[in-house]
Amino acid sequence: MKKIFCTILIVLPLFLQAQEQLKGKVMATAKNGDVVGLQGVSVYWAGSTIGTISNEQGEFSIAYEKSYKSLVFSYVGYKTDTVIVKSLRPFEHVMREAQDLDEVVVKTKKKKSSVSYLYSANILTVNEDELLKAACCNLSESFATNPSIDVNFSDALTGTKQIKLLGLTSPYILIAQENIPNVRGAAQAYGLTFTPGTWIESIQITKGAGSVVNGYESIAGQINTELKKPTAKEKLFVNAFGSSEGRLELNTHVNQKVSDRWSTSLFLHGNMHKIEHDTNNDGFLDMPIYDQVNVLNRWQYTDVENGFVSFLNFRYLKDNKQTGQVDFNPDTDKFSNLIWGSEINTSRVDASAKLGYVFPETPYESVGFQFAYSNHDQNAYFGLRNYDIEHQSIYANGIFNSILGSTLHKFKAGLNYTYDEYIENVDAQDYSRNERSVGGFFEYNFDNLDDFSLIAGLRMDVHNLLGVFVTPRLHVRYAPWAKGVLRASVGRGKRSANIFAENQKIFGSSRQIDLRSTQGKIYGMNPEVAWNYGVSYLQGFNVFGKNAELTVDYYTTRFENKVIIDYDENPQSVVIYDAENGAYASNLQVQLNYTWSNAVDFRFAYKYYDVKSPYLQGDMSDPLQAKHRFFANAGYESTRNAKGGLWRFDVTYNWIGEQRLPFTGLNPVPYQLPENSPSYSLVNAQMTKVFSNTFEVYVGGENIGAYQQKNAIVASNDPFGPYFDTSQIYAPIYGAMYYAGLRFKLF
Amino acid sequence: MKKLLIVLAVFSISFTVEAQKKSKTSKETFMVDGICKMCKDRIEKVAMQTKGVKFASYDIDKKELYCIFNNKKTSVTELKKAMAAAGHDTEEFKATEKAYLALDSCCYYRDETLEKH
Repeated sequence: MKKIFCTILIVLPLFLQAQEQLKGKVMATAKNGDVVGLQGVSVYWAGSTIGTISNEQGEFSIAYEKSYKSLVFSYVGYKTDTVIVKSLRPFEHVMREAQDLDEVVVKTKKKKSSVSYLYSANILTVNEDELLKAACCNLSESFATNPSIDVNFSDALTGTKQIKLLGLTSPYILIAQENIPNVRGAAQAYGLTFTPGTWIESIQITKGAGSVVNGYESIAGQINTELKKPTAKEKLFVNAFGSSEGRLELNTHVNQKVSDRWSTSLFLHGNMHKIEHDTNNDGFLDMPIYDQVNVLNRWQYTDVENGFVSFLNFRYLKDNKQTGQVDFNPDTDKFSNLIWGSEINTSRVDASAKLGYVFPETPYESVGFQFAYSNHDQNAYFGLRNYDIEHQSIYANGIFNSILGSTLHKFKAGLNYTYDEYIENVDAQDYSRNERSVGGFFEYNFDNLDDFSLIAGLRMDVHNLLGVFVTPRLHVRYAPWAKGVLRASVGRGKRSANIFAENQKIFGSSRQIDLRSTQGKIYGMNPEVAWNYGVSYLQGFNVFGKNAELTVDYYTTRFENKVIIDYDENPQSVVIYDAENGAYASNLQVQLNYTWSNAVDFRFAYKYYDVKSPYLQGDMSDPLQAKHRFFANAGYESTRNAKGGLWRFDVTYNWIGEQRLPFTGLNPVPYQLPENSPSYSLVNAQMTKVFSNTFEVYVGGENIGAYQQKNAIVASNDPFGPYFDTSQIYAPIYGAMYYAGLRFKLF
Repeated sequence: MKKLLIVLAVFSISFTVEAQKKSKTSKETFMVDGICKMCKDRIEKVAMQTKGVKFASYDIDKKELYCIFNNKKTSVTELKKAMAAAGHDTEEFKATEKAYLALDSCCYYRDETLEKH
């Protein structure tokens, strides 16, 4: 008896899970508007032979097994529907008549770049349409139509563009690719040019401290780029670009679905510029001679039913630049003291993996894991100066997302590990070092789904050179009334300054490097620490029935310690030292966006910068930073014709105010720079003709007014003398540039 | 053998008990009428503001609301009442004319001429 009892107990739960029938009712809307049962509808499980037909009342009953997920409803004259069945709960399904198929789509133009009304952090999203406005060609040039980011030339040699956010250069911005920090360490100087523009799907720019999830390094903000996914619709994409100064670029993307769950893409990028220009007749190339090969292979694994998504990326890059005097031939003149020249050769390997798992029953819970390895190897010489750096990096991050009670209270918690090995040689001096850190973070996110939300993050890291430290960050959003959003943020950042990698323009000068060590652990310097505070107000309103948005942002960054690169102490040297308290960067930005019509929109921005540091000569504004900048952009896009064709026009105007130039009063008069640079304007314009969904061509011009900095290179006639300096660049060196390109897609 | 069976029996019972204990959390999907993104936001918000609800996701196309909630604190009936009070019809509870008309004009789901967007 006991045995039987036991057996029943064991077997009972099994019976409870035995096969059952799923019951339901299928209905349709009758002429009079009532919803009534529909007879004769085929109901079957997708991918099986099990099916049934609804009865007079529209009711049906069908065998159910756990492996069945998609229930298909099909009936002549009605749209075939597939319903995902999660449980045995009876349900009703309403069929729609086939004529409903051609739904009326309400057209609202998708904005090309926008600040959300909903996020707590001040995040600007730049999508692909906006990226198309930028002529060319890589991430560093993708911000030309974006007033939040200032794009400047970094020096007179490399033609590299440098970006600034809130008056701070890119080392103070955490630049990540799909949330894995990638433009850092040795890649700071040229890393932005290593992501071709066509690879980019969207860019998110966070002003202010940002999230703690990706590390402690960000001070001015964060820039994240999302690359195009292997599951993208187009099978083939080709972009060719050529410009008047002889720059050629070719991008080819191939996307392939390998199986139900695996997709892959291969991105091939090549660019070159082989023509020598010296438009200002100073004997130096206006822009380098270069070539680059850049290959990315991506794999995406998607298993929606079980909640898995994974990405694997492999990238190889080789970039060669040659610059200096026009007559320089690297084969014969390298390290000669007669002809000044420079080569910068970089090779880089990246491998990364991401795995995400969302609990299917509780979609608010997920775990994610990221792993990245990179090897960045740069060999360079500038005249007689040699600079080599090899940077190996490992980054691992594990994140758990869940809720506290309900989805109004979310959190992210996790751990990350970074390892950076630098082998660095400045002339004969070895500056190699290793950095290791392990950190844990917790980020709490509250959202009342209405007018208030906040993100509070805290992380703690243990770092072999930076010590043990805590990074708190807070973002708050409050919407006092309709279309008005007030945001505030505060946060701390800490980083080790890669003084040489970030300031390679020093090498393009005869300035002697004077390191004033404070016994810190990184080049004798202490870590840079700063607090960033910001407030932002966004108000949407209507003018003559059209949408407009006014944004006022004020951010200030206060450094507890900043590593100062001082060009002012002496024109023949650059002095590098720690400055405790006193360095700051403040920025006010007022921006107005106005949608004139569905076809035309305008953007205007005024920016004020107050960026000062305690130099050896006293507190001064940072050099090469305009106090005032004005930005305007107008865009036109015609409506699509039947074939998908349209016209697009875009004009951007930038006015850059006076910039303080470093003190050169000790130089002989011909080698002196004025105290301030003149203000100047830049105009870029672009026109695109989209012929169809598969083919488009574009033409455009950059710096159409052909503004050129005079005497870009100090002592260009005596590059081996004591006054030579290519690092003080405030405006373009090359005049106007015109270009044309095409894009071809195959679906 | 007997011992093994008893052990298995105890296991099986404890698993069942465990399952029941866990089932304090209910996962339910039910019909709620709505038509647009604003409806979706409102429906999810009303659900989330109901005590005991952990998660809510509304599917406009299927007109289904998926909720995860603590069934000691609320129930499907409670949730349906909350939807009706906010102006959205469910199978059991219909919104009053007043609650319905209080919706934004793009949300008038009872109006068949209003296109889906």
